[in-house]
Amino acid sequence: MKKLALAAAMASMMVLPAKAADYVIDTQGAHAFIQFKISHLGYSWLYGRFNTFSGDFSYDASKLAESKIQLTIDTNSVDSNHAERDKHLRSADFLNVSEHPKATFVSTKVVPKDGDNFDLHGNLTLNGVTKEVVIAAEKLGEGTDPWGGYRAGFAGTTTLTLKDFAINTDLGPASATVQLDLTVEGIRK
Amino acid sequence: MLKNTLTHYGLVSVILHWLVALTVFALFALGFWMVDLSYYSSWYRTAPHWHKSIGIILALVMLVRVSWRLISPPPPPLATHKYWERLTAAGVQLALYLGIALLIISGYLISTEDGRPIAVFGWFEVPALGALFDRQADIAGAIHEYTAYGLITLALLHGLAAVKHHIIDKDSTLRRMFGRKP
Repeated sequence: MKKLALAAAMASMMVLPAKAADYVIDTQGAHAFIQFKISHLGYSWLYGRFNTFSGDFSYDASKLAESKIQLTIDTNSVDSNHAERDKHLRSADFLNVSEHPKATFVSTKVVPKDGDNFDLHGNLTLNGVTKEVVIAAEKLGEGTDPWGGYRAGFAGTTTLTLKDFAINTDLGPASATVQLDLTVEGIRK
Repeated sequence: MLKNTLTHYGLVSVILHWLVALTVFALFALGFWMVDLSYYSSWYRTAPHWHKSIGIILALVMLVRVSWRLISPPPPPLATHKYWERLTAAGVQLALYLGIALLIISGYLISTEDGRPIAVFGWFEVPALGALFDRQADIAGAIHEYTAYGLITLALLHGLAAVKHHIIDKDSTLRRMFGRKP
């Protein structure tokens, strides 16, 4: 079965070499991460992540500019490894998850840069506010996996200003922005 | 002197009653104030630490109080109290006990979802049971908040009723609670 699937995958690659392939982000196997870090008092980093999200993308190495991605994040799943802090992050002081249980990112444009790097433009909706952001992204690799599938992985990073998304709680001058780090691995559909 | 008799409250019950009353109002005020502290307030860490520490000590005091109630039951209501007054008073008092218990349990559940113990003034720690149900901190937090408002409302009613007995009925209900003989 595995060999058959592999053969089929390879055959489809040969038949349709130029068509952008659709991928589903591997949240099932948790090979995708949406993490953030924010300065604590200007002295250190605080890391957190969203545990629940889903998304898919279409991508073709030869037509990078035509790539697309969309992501939906369950804001309830925010996890900074501290129950009291997470409760506070879910509250109206920060993510207001009862009002805005979802955050989304929908790409609008991909601008290729040197090598495997590209700028991923898109609309990020967070805390009910939609704003265009640019994610500095990089293709990490792609190829067949050992189980008969085909995978492609990317990493991207962007910096958000909390006030832009109506998060007005003052955490101090060093903590006005948060860095979002995304690593997504897609399995070709 | 220490124990309750058929006509008056002993010193232990009197002290426990007023200690708990003072603590409940102090914890309410502290909790009400601390949730809106800004991150750079010097109280941002201290106030919740004290709130939790005092809450745990209150839990211990309540265990003593309930035990003492079994060892030395309170005197029956004054003979002049009407039936509906006795019924309401007993109902409110039971609700006050239950409210305090619910506040202590829900408060504990907020702080311990992630397995962190509760430190009591650095003297000792109360171990955590971790997450016992989904969305524990949020649900326990909502229960804690609503119960706190409910408890304070009932406590004020309880106090107003005592003042009513003292001023309007001119009976010894309130004086008894200070350990005075009727």
